[in-house]
Amino acid sequence: MKLVTAIIKPFKLDDVKNALKSAGIEALTVSEVRGFGRQGGHTETYRGSEYKIDLVPKVKLEIVVADASLDNVVDAIAQGALTGKIGDGKIWVTSVDEVVRIRTGERGSDAI
Amino acid sequence: MDSGDLAWVLISAALVLFMTPGLAFFYGGMDRSRNVLNMLMMNFWCVLVIPILWVVVGYSLAQVPFDNDLLGGFDAFFLDGIGLDDNGGQLATIAYLGMFAAITPALISGAVADRMKFSAWAIFAPLWVLFVYCPVFKWVFGGFLGQRGSLDFAGGTAIHVNAGIAALAAVLVLGKRKGWPHDGHPPHSMPLVMLGTGILWFGWFGFNAGSALGANGQAAQAFMNTFLAAAAAGLSWCLVERFRDGHFTNLGAASGIVAGLVAITPAAGYVSGPAPIVIGLIAGVVCCFAVRVKFKAGFDDALDVVGVHFVGGLVGSLLIGFFANPDFFTGSFREGIFYGGSVRLLAEQLLANAVTIVYSFVVTVVILVILKRTIGIRVSDEDETMGLDASEHGETAYHSSNVMGGL
Repeated sequence: MKLVTAIIKPFKLDDVKNALKSAGIEALTVSEVRGFGRQGGHTETYRGSEYKIDLVPKVKLEIVVADASLDNVVDAIAQGALTGKIGDGKIWVTSVDEVVRIRTGERGSDAI
Repeated sequence: MDSGDLAWVLISAALVLFMTPGLAFFYGGMDRSRNVLNMLMMNFWCVLVIPILWVVVGYSLAQVPFDNDLLGGFDAFFLDGIGLDDNGGQLATIAYLGMFAAITPALISGAVADRMKFSAWAIFAPLWVLFVYCPVFKWVFGGFLGQRGSLDFAGGTAIHVNAGIAALAAVLVLGKRKGWPHDGHPPHSMPLVMLGTGILWFGWFGFNAGSALGANGQAAQAFMNTFLAAAAAGLSWCLVERFRDGHFTNLGAASGIVAGLVAITPAAGYVSGPAPIVIGLIAGVVCCFAVRVKFKAGFDDALDVVGVHFVGGLVGSLLIGFFANPDFFTGSFREGIFYGGSVRLLAEQLLANAVTIVYSFVVTVVILVILKRTIGIRVSDEDETMGLDASEHGETAYHSSNVMGGL
């Protein structure tokens, strides 16, 4: 079992969701986050004063998947989130030791 | 007062009351999300305490007896002797003027944002109305400055210059916010700023056109002037920002509209024709540059009360010296320079504003220094960092705020 975490551009969330649905994935956790990377921020001017907005809004996705679906999921996210411009984000994969479905008590890959 | 006049004064009074929440949103949106409730409450506080103060003693000190040059007295204490013999006209006028007394100290709140103890503000606002607003109001409207022939239709000198210079005095006593000017913070909600601006503009028709104290031609011209000057100033401020900074900004439009409204306030019932457009255009450009002065001079006027209200009020008041047109109004005031007058009117405008500036600055400093040495006027460093909504009011503006805690 793997945890797929991705940071993407907020406006690409719908595309990623659709790509995941096409890949047969129906579960997804989303958070609004801010951060900075190579994209940097931007400047806003209010009454002539410049403010550097260096923490850029991003969306963070988290999906726990069975090993067999991993490549499909990563490809779906990468395809859905791609614009080709700086700031498209990153996807990383970590191993998961255990998963429990709270309602039924199922464990492991049955709980995914 | 006939029924038409009475109706207009009553409606205008309600319009002016609406300006205080409008101002609260105008300022509150510009403020940071952890201090927005403190900003709203500083404004709403003024409509809690000032109406009562006004009826108990404020109106009497500011007006009655009308023959006094310097200050009224206690003849109308608790509105003693004010009846309905004028069809309620005097009562309506007192209520109307009470709305002005309430919003004037509220103007100062934008300067002291983010760091003033609410308990200190709660005491400062009524003291300021009592010791600064009431006497200046008397001098300008019917007292020695008015009798000399200076003109102030709806409160450019008595309200905007007065509150604007008091704001400067207040931030000098209070000190800068932590991190200012290096750690700036953009407005937390521009939509609130725009909403507040719209409410202010709407209410300002009561402020200016209502100051004719009747449903008449002067009110109609003041209404038109209020309409035009705000538009012209919003336009000119926006254009300066577009060519200086690169964008037509919402805050530029809002700031320009308010600067134009401030500038036309003293002149609204004395100018006509193209004058309101010219006054608005000038006010928008001058105020747009004036709000930058604080960075060079080093005073932390958080939301630009000095740059917009003091400078805008002064610009409008002095331009009366050029544009006053008594023939148009069949009024008995002096002509401005552009209408065949001498420099006398301009000189009177300078004098009235100079007296107001010196008196208001000095007395505001005295009030705040006394408060500083007794109860203290500034929140702790920790409260300033964590936000005044929590420390001063025990409330949170936006419970839905994300992990970053807002701006």
